[in-house]
Order: sequence, then structure tokens, then C-alpha cells
Amino acid sequence: MGWRYWVNENRGTLLALAIFLAMFALYIANHPAGFTPNVLQTAANKGVLLALVAIAQTFVVLTAGIDLSIGMMMIMSSCLASHIVAGSPAMTTVGVAGVLGAGALAGALNGAIVIFGRLQPIVATIATGAIFFGIALILRPIPGTSPELNSALADAMLGKVFGLVPSSAVVLAAIILLVWIPFRRSVIGRTTYAAGSSEVAAYMSGMPVRRAKFLAYVMSGVFAALAGLYLTFFTYSGAASLTNANTYTLYSIAAVVLGGVSLFGGRGSAIGAIFGALAFRSIGDLLFVFDLDPLLQPLFQGVVLMIAVTIGSARLFQVRNRLEFFS
Amino acid sequence: MSAVTEPTAARPPSRSWRLQIDMPVVMAFGCVLLLLLVGALYSPKFLSPEYLLQQLKVGAFLGIIATGMMFVILIGQIDLSIPWTVTVGGTIAAFVAAYGTTGEIFAIPVGVLCGVVLGLVNGFAVAYLRVPSMIITLAVNSVAQGLLIAMSGGFAPQDTASPAMRYLATGMLVPYVPNAVLVWAVTGIIAMFILGRTTFGRAIYGIGNKESAAYLSGVPTQRVIVGAFALCGGLAAFGGTLLAGYAGMAAPAMGDTYLLPAIAAVVLGGTSILGGRGNYLGTVAGTILITLLTSILTVMQIAEFARQIIYGTVIVIMLLLYGRAPKVRG
Repeated sequence: MGWRYWVNENRGTLLALAIFLAMFALYIANHPAGFTPNVLQTAANKGVLLALVAIAQTFVVLTAGIDLSIGMMMIMSSCLASHIVAGSPAMTTVGVAGVLGAGALAGALNGAIVIFGRLQPIVATIATGAIFFGIALILRPIPGTSPELNSALADAMLGKVFGLVPSSAVVLAAIILLVWIPFRRSVIGRTTYAAGSSEVAAYMSGMPVRRAKFLAYVMSGVFAALAGLYLTFFTYSGAASLTNANTYTLYSIAAVVLGGVSLFGGRGSAIGAIFGALAFRSIGDLLFVFDLDPLLQPLFQGVVLMIAVTIGSARLFQVRNRLEFFS
Repeated sequence: MSAVTEPTAARPPSRSWRLQIDMPVVMAFGCVLLLLLVGALYSPKFLSPEYLLQQLKVGAFLGIIATGMMFVILIGQIDLSIPWTVTVGGTIAAFVAAYGTTGEIFAIPVGVLCGVVLGLVNGFAVAYLRVPSMIITLAVNSVAQGLLIAMSGGFAPQDTASPAMRYLATGMLVPYVPNAVLVWAVTGIIAMFILGRTTFGRAIYGIGNKESAAYLSGVPTQRVIVGAFALCGGLAAFGGTLLAGYAGMAAPAMGDTYLLPAIAAVVLGGTSILGGRGNYLGTVAGTILITLLTSILTVMQIAEFARQIIYGTVIVIMLLLYGRAPKVRG
């Protein structure tokens, strides 16, 4: 009976995968070019930004927190990347490490304020978001780029491996295999889930709750920085755009919810969040192939979100006691 | 307290509880004074009545929007649909105002009604479908944006504010006191009455503390939640109509800059983001604090980047001073 337990535990992730596959199949079926490596590459590149911020949000949401500064961290990292991811391969490597390090620092600041300052994550990250955006403005008062920006790396990250598989999809797969699965199986990973389900119970069981929560915020910063790096690869520049920052923060929440990650913490996975993000991103593509006004995109995004969360409330039919309603 | 106990059914909450929640309010007003003092060191103009009244006028819009947000935060929820509810309120009101005299009369009510409808959708989903408010309000925000854009094709068909909207936002019924400030004051007094003197207000605090307990005490919790969200939507749209009146026209995305300041104003005023605890005066103080901070930093000609950093840092520091959660252990 092991598989039934497994299906039940991963229901959100499987549902997200199903939604994504259905939407993507619909898209491909109606795309004039059909299923070609180029179409796949475009789709993967469009989805990767959102997938990365969704992964970032997943870590924090699993601990029953929320990070409203993800978009700001992403924009800050993108502005930084437009300065330092440049020059020779060695310089570029240092630059990439610097960008990811800056993201980790930003996440650590969030974590420190939430855990040691005991502030509610929602308000703490609103405030730190303003700080990160201020830093982005220092780095790029006006949109711009370093003349020596490493465009070879940018092209490679957005290109295809062996002319077939989109590199951004490979990056996402590598994150799942090399970061997410080891994390999920480690003590810290289990503690993250436990802290999200019941912080007190996790603490009583002697699990390293604080360390896990802190790491969740740091990871959130690192993945937001990776998203920022990708943003710079796309645009070949850095721009301190408040609108972009807010949009990506809000989209990251939408993507994790579509991906079956519970906002109450302790349920869901980064794999689900990735598919949630890709599904959310497909909405715009579907409007395109069905020749609908792109201005309608927010409307459809909102409706899809509404349907997705309403499906979740089907569990209310199983409520036997009115009091279970409130939990 | 004396040993004599009276029947307490009709009494406001006990004194000790009141003093406890007043502390953050005192701190918030203290911070306002401190801010004015810092400003006065830079230029005595910051203490002139004209400047202060101007700030109250600018703060009135945020104050009205934050009032609605406070109701939602008090029940332990959040409303992220503020940006487009504000825009819908302003745009629809301006749109209706184009239809002759009847249109001008109904402009504000219709605008507010649209906000109430959006709030009802939020409230229904949260109360009856048990959807997390953070996600349903996000979806409603998106849908409101989409509908408004679909209606207007990207730009407003008629976006000029009606004379009534302009009068409410910029006129002066009482000499020297802008009407916007009066409107804010009236809204505030009504909000304080609702929160402190009605069963609805009591139910809001009850739900914020423990919904199941409120339900078992006979509170119609679901209807109260819907009411709180409807109130929030209505006030946000009302703020939008005033903003349109202030600017003379409705603009797309005019509500975008009000979401985070509204949450910050409520929370800086000592209202717990988890719900159940908070005093309306605190929200007033929080609104003034945010408005003053923004204005003083602008007047001092501090660069945008430093303004953002100072803004964020001040909020974190103030919350660390009095907004910390108790230690969760055991």
C-alpha cells in the first residue's frame, strides 16, 4: 500500500504536473510549428524565471512563512549581475558567485529578522524588500549594462544542449536532482516540513527548527538571485523596476499555490512549484495561440488561480464536524 | 481591581486589556513626534500648520484605505486586492460621471459598490470556501485588472473626475481644513464606533483571536468575515474615487502604490498581523507616520535609493521595538 500513501502525499505535485501537461499539450497542438526543439526552447526560457522564483518561494512557504521580498531580491541581483557577470571566464565565475552570494546575504537578513527578531515574515519581508530595492537603485539608477557583459554565458544559458534540450530546462532538472532531492531527504529538509506543520511539535522533537527556517530564507535569497541572473541573461542589462519586482513576487505566490504547496506550510514540493510556474506561464502562450487579446492575460491568470484554489476547497465535503472547518 | 464583580456583558473589554494594547499606539505617536522633531531640525517649515494640514490631506487617502485593511487584518486575514480595487473604484466612478447629472450623482456610490462586490467575492471565498485570503485576493486583484482593461481596451473611455469627487478630495468646507481630512476623520470615527461599540466589531476581534471559539460562542463568523472583506473593498474603492478626485482623473494602476503602505500603516499602528489585537488610533498614527516619513525624505531631497533603504529600515526598527511576537516555545 506504499504507493497510495505516496500518491496522497504528493497529490499537489501530481495535480500541478497534470495541469501543466494539459495546458502545454493544448499549446503545442495549436502551435503552427508544432513540437520542435525551438518551440520547446522558447517555452522553457519563458518559464524559467517564474520557476526559479517559485522555487525560492517554496522554501519559505514550506515553513509556513511567506517572502514578499523575492521580486526585490531578484531585481537587486539582476542589477548586480549586469555589473559583475562580465569579462574573462574566471571573472565571470567570480561574478556569478558574487550574485548568488548577495542573494544568500539578502535571504539571511530576512531569516535573521524573522527568526531572531521574531517579526511576522509578511511584514518583515515587505520592509526588507524596500531595502533591497534601494540597493538595486544604487546599482542601476538608470537601466544599463556592463560593456563586457559575458554574452557567451547568457547565450549558453538560454540556448540548447546538444542542439536539442533547452539549457534552462536542464538547469531546472539539475536543481531538482542536485539541490531539491538531497535537501528533501536531509534532516534540515525534514525539519523544514515539520516546522511548517507544527513548529512547537518539531521543536519538542529536538529538530533544528531555527537552523531549518534560517536556511529556508537563505535558499529563497539564492534562488531569487539565480532568477535575477537569468533576468540579466534575457535582457542583457539590469533595471531597477519596481513593477517587475512586485509582479514577480505576486507571481511566485500564485505559482506555488498552483503547484500544490500549502500556504499553511508543511505540504508541497519545489517540483510541484516548478510545474505550477510553468502552467501559470502557459496562460499567456495559450492566449497567443488562440489569438486572444494579450491584454486579457491578467483576467485569465486570475480565473485560473480562482479555479485552482476552489478545487482545493473540495475537501470541505469531507468535513464531518463543523469545528474541523476552522482548522 | 476591586473584589466586587459586576455583570460585564454590556461592558467594553476590561481596563488592563485596554492599557496593554494602547502601548504600541503611544509608541507610534511618539515616533511621529520624533520624526517631526528631526524634520524641524532640518527646517522649521515642517512644524507649520500649512505643511501639517497638507500632509494630513495627502495621508487621508492612505488612511481611508488602511481603515478597510485594518478590519481584514483584525480577523487574521490579508487583502492583496487593494491595488486594483482602488483603481476600479476611481475608474468606474469617473466612467459613470460621464453620463449627465444622474451619472454625477451616482458616480461615487457606483464606484464604491464595485469595490464592495470585489470584497464580497474575497469574503465569500475566505469564509465559505476556506481559501487562504492571500491567494484569493491576489486572484481577485488580477481579475479586477483584467475586467477593467477588457472594458476599456487599455485606456479609460472617460477618466475625468466628477465635481463631487473633486470637491470631496480638494475642496474646503471648513476654512483651512481640506475636505479629504474631514472625510478621513468621519470614516475614522465610524470605524472606531464599529470596532468598539457594536457586536460586529466585537465579533471581528473574536474571530481574529480564535475563530472556532467565536463560532462556538454563537458569532455568525462566516457572515462577519464576508462583512469585513466587503468593508475593506468598499473603503478601498472609496479611496480610489477620492484619489481620482484629487488628481482630477482616474489613471490605470493608480492603486499600485497603496497596498504595501496600507499594510505597513496598520501594522506600525500596533495591530497584530495575526489578527485579534489592535486599536484604530494606532492605524491613524501608522498612516501619519508613513506619510510624514515619505514627505520628509522627499523634501530633504534624499535620493530615491536612500529613501527606500531608510523607509525599510525604519519599519524594521519600529517593529523590532514593539511588534515582536512572544517566544514560541513549548
